[in-house]
Amino acid sequence: MRELSVEKITAVIAALCIEANTDLGCDVENAMQQALLREELPLARSVLQRLLENAEIARNEKLAICQDTGMAVIFVDLGQDLHLTGGDFVTAVNEGVRIGYREGFLRKSVAHPISRKNTGDNTPAVIHLRLVPGEQISLTVAPKGFGSENMGALYMLTPAAGLAGVKQAVIDTVKKAGSNACPPLVVGVGIGGTMEQVTLLAKRALLREVGVFHAEPEMAHLEQELLCEINQLGIGPQGFGGKTTALHVAVEWSPTHIAGLPVAVNLNCHVARHRTRIL
Amino acid sequence: MKHIVLPLNPEIIQTLHAGEEVLLTGWIYTGRDAAHQRLFEALQSGEDLPIDLKGQIIYYAGPAPTPPGHVIGSIGPTTSGRMDPYTPALLAVGLKGMIGKGKRSQTVIDAIKKQGAVYFAALGGAAALQAKTVKQVEVIAYADLATEAIRRLYVEDMPVIVATDTYGVSIYHE
Repeated sequence: MRELSVEKITAVIAALCIEANTDLGCDVENAMQQALLREELPLARSVLQRLLENAEIARNEKLAICQDTGMAVIFVDLGQDLHLTGGDFVTAVNEGVRIGYREGFLRKSVAHPISRKNTGDNTPAVIHLRLVPGEQISLTVAPKGFGSENMGALYMLTPAAGLAGVKQAVIDTVKKAGSNACPPLVVGVGIGGTMEQVTLLAKRALLREVGVFHAEPEMAHLEQELLCEINQLGIGPQGFGGKTTALHVAVEWSPTHIAGLPVAVNLNCHVARHRTRIL
Repeated sequence: MKHIVLPLNPEIIQTLHAGEEVLLTGWIYTGRDAAHQRLFEALQSGEDLPIDLKGQIIYYAGPAPTPPGHVIGSIGPTTSGRMDPYTPALLAVGLKGMIGKGKRSQTVIDAIKKQGAVYFAALGGAAALQAKTVKQVEVIAYADLATEAIRRLYVEDMPVIVATDTYGVSIYHE
């Protein structure tokens, strides 16, 4: 059994909040550069060029890529042989978010859902914890802005809807989002499970490296088909038209009930923020 | 690329067509959901507005906090559609330009045509680049709204796209 002080978790969370918001992932940057090579419409090209220029400015000056620095969604894989000491885990994580959003000059965008009173420090974090074998802890901060989050959807399909129904749900979600989720998108799809599990699958799908398809050939094929069909919609960068409506589609699935076919679609904007550190 | 020196006037507005990329220089106001609600309620109850909207532009934006050595923190557009319910009333008292992102409702497009206004789209997620175009900033009204306060910004060569022109033509085909 290994011990880890939660102080270290606080420090890492704070750093990841800032990094995720200021340093565009290289997989995303590469995908946008590839998209730029393919786009022909002058406006689509101009948009992609400016987004890439923005990424450089943000990285060099440690400015947030987007002013919507999002809710702090945090994925934790905790090794069952790791003993956390020095305080309680959730408090330590929230302190990390508090520090990161303050020292990184990130926007505080979290409020009471009814009164709309801002919590002032971008807490509480949304924490998804899994217990896994081993002695390490993996921390992933994936800030989620609500331009994209508001465009997500859950469909409790019937088994008869089949794969065609799944694909239609994804395409419909992207069409309905239009420009609101700031295309080019990264599309996360969850299939199966239960109502709450499928939406988490769709969110986890967004952590996949852009350009990497599912390990199972059938799912990879589905991802590629969806990517192709989405790009045929012609919504384009920022919805101004073009070939690049999505940079990537990732699907995660789990077995479901014999009477159901839950499908969730969670859209990420082109910033697609997530950063991981393992302690 | 067209350089526009603000304030807008009918001559400038009439030359702008959907899809054009332009660079704006001059003073603009920021305001989004909460500020719009207050402005709208003030108009409804016959109170004076805290700012004179005649001929002005509102940018639907709430900036990130300002780091040391910078004029303003990262700033970019929020989804304009949420401001649609308030917009015709503001256009009726002289607002001439809006900057945001995403399509507007037909009601708003009709009001844009009727009032001789124009709607620009700024790039979503290019907030560091846009922060660099801001040379001066001051909070003008509703300071208690923090990021959602009405600010006055002086921008230089801020890149925007004409999203809905004064003829009602829109770049969004959704």
